[in-house]
Amino acid sequence: MAVAKVLGIETEYGVAGGPDGDPITASTLIVNAYAQHEHRRIAWDFTDETPGRDARVQPTESFPPAIEIHLANTVLTNGARLYVDHAHPEYSSPEVRTPLEAVLYDQAGELVMRQAMETCNTTFDPAHAVRLYKNNSDGKGNAYGTHENYLVDRSVPFTDLVRGLLPHFVSRLVYCGAGKVGSETDEARGYGTTFQLSARAEFFEEVVGLETTLKRPIINTRDEPHSDPERYRRLHVINGDATMSPVATWLKLGVTSLLLSYIEHRGVEALPPAPTRPVRAFRAFARDESLTATTPTDRGEWRALDYQEALYELLSTFVATEGADDVAPSDEVTGLLAEWRRCLDALATTPDLLSDTVDWIAKRRILRAYQDRYHCGPLDARLRAIDLQYADIHPARSLASRARLRHLFSEDDISAAVSTPPASTRAFFRGTCVARFSDALVSANWDSLVFDVGSGPLQRVAMMDPLRGTAALTEPLFNSVSNASELVVALNG
Amino acid sequence: MTEQERLQRTGSERTDASATETTSETTSATDLADELDSLLDEIDSVLEENAEEFVRNYVQKGGQ
Repeated sequence: MAVAKVLGIETEYGVAGGPDGDPITASTLIVNAYAQHEHRRIAWDFTDETPGRDARVQPTESFPPAIEIHLANTVLTNGARLYVDHAHPEYSSPEVRTPLEAVLYDQAGELVMRQAMETCNTTFDPAHAVRLYKNNSDGKGNAYGTHENYLVDRSVPFTDLVRGLLPHFVSRLVYCGAGKVGSETDEARGYGTTFQLSARAEFFEEVVGLETTLKRPIINTRDEPHSDPERYRRLHVINGDATMSPVATWLKLGVTSLLLSYIEHRGVEALPPAPTRPVRAFRAFARDESLTATTPTDRGEWRALDYQEALYELLSTFVATEGADDVAPSDEVTGLLAEWRRCLDALATTPDLLSDTVDWIAKRRILRAYQDRYHCGPLDARLRAIDLQYADIHPARSLASRARLRHLFSEDDISAAVSTPPASTRAFFRGTCVARFSDALVSANWDSLVFDVGSGPLQRVAMMDPLRGTAALTEPLFNSVSNASELVVALNG
Repeated sequence: MTEQERLQRTGSERTDASATETTSETTSATDLADELDSLLDEIDSVLEENAEEFVRNYVQKGGQ
């Protein structure tokens, strides 16, 4: 079997308000409010972080981690990390085993942020209250990320990943774009763009690269596996939008996982042709509400929908012959393919049927109706306010929660996922240690935990395999120990 | 709800949606218009009053 597609999403939330209007202050207050609310604060261990390592080059020396280590951080009982990244509060979901689980833990992140905001705001008057937005830009040219992470077999050449993923990454926005009023870069403004399918696409300038904050590449080469580097690669995908629709998030993660599985099994020979100019294709598809724009390839002109249709044919056939156990159990994969099929059919004929599924269509439906009612222009401030408020996570202000989006999980499911770790990965071990032994937990990161058991040196517990530390493997151990000291002894025994 | 039930629910909703499409188009169009109207009323009641200022003041530092 190919490598299990362990995955997760990290989201930098937009932040406004706070005592002095400074986003770093506001972000820090959010993270600290949650840590206080939980009565826990676990430091992050940067020992194994190598965000400067490039997948394209053989490492010859270690790179110093370019990380702001003084910023607020905590680790949650669900195995997630909540911290200040740059000038944004970020929720990095626990690593999970299937795309559907990843949707659940992404939604749990929204609830974590909401609870943090409520705790934080009890100390401020409404004029200084902190507000949080699950979006990707401020409408003025400043962008921040929603990154997906997928575990990939190290033996797949990185050049194959680039070749295989480009057709998908430039075109998947037709169902997982968040939508955006107007444009923020000179090029898009030059086209007189009033609405885009993707919030992020116009910020991408390179095809492949290491950067994440400037000259953003469609394919990011950060090579930081947070696991055994001989066996695994963690593909760090930075080109996606933050989605409010659970089904759109599911499709974004699920189709990408299936494609990665396909590339691992079959290589890239049969994949659709890469666009000749990928950056141009990505941006052009984002500006194309009509879904008719084409991009040149060495096999003629392709629309975004042509790419997605070709990928659907290839991947549905692949699943029928090979299964996709490495992505998810067969009932989830079947549901995912059916949802993808439904989207492609509707996009080809009546996209508005997807106003309960696809964020850009849900958002556009509201914007158009508002325009009709108030006769305002396509870039009116009220429409921009709707765009922004769509992503507001406060229940009293959120427009996404009023947009009749289809749900995959109940509020009870999501609430449980705020405190309970996924059973399916090492996040179970991490989250359970935070829940039970936080007093002895000195620091944590994705692949290890450090305990102070009272006597002797600090004890580091390595978790280099994302598929170990699951509930099935560690629950008997947890049931047999009553403190961190006993846990460490049992693990060393 | 188990994952199986959730997926079945997704499946049955999909069936409902296609069933709706095949019923009288005029009825469903009116229903949709009414629904959209009430959605707009709801949005009006929560949308920031001073949209211009609200949008202008939302300035972020760039991130990743």
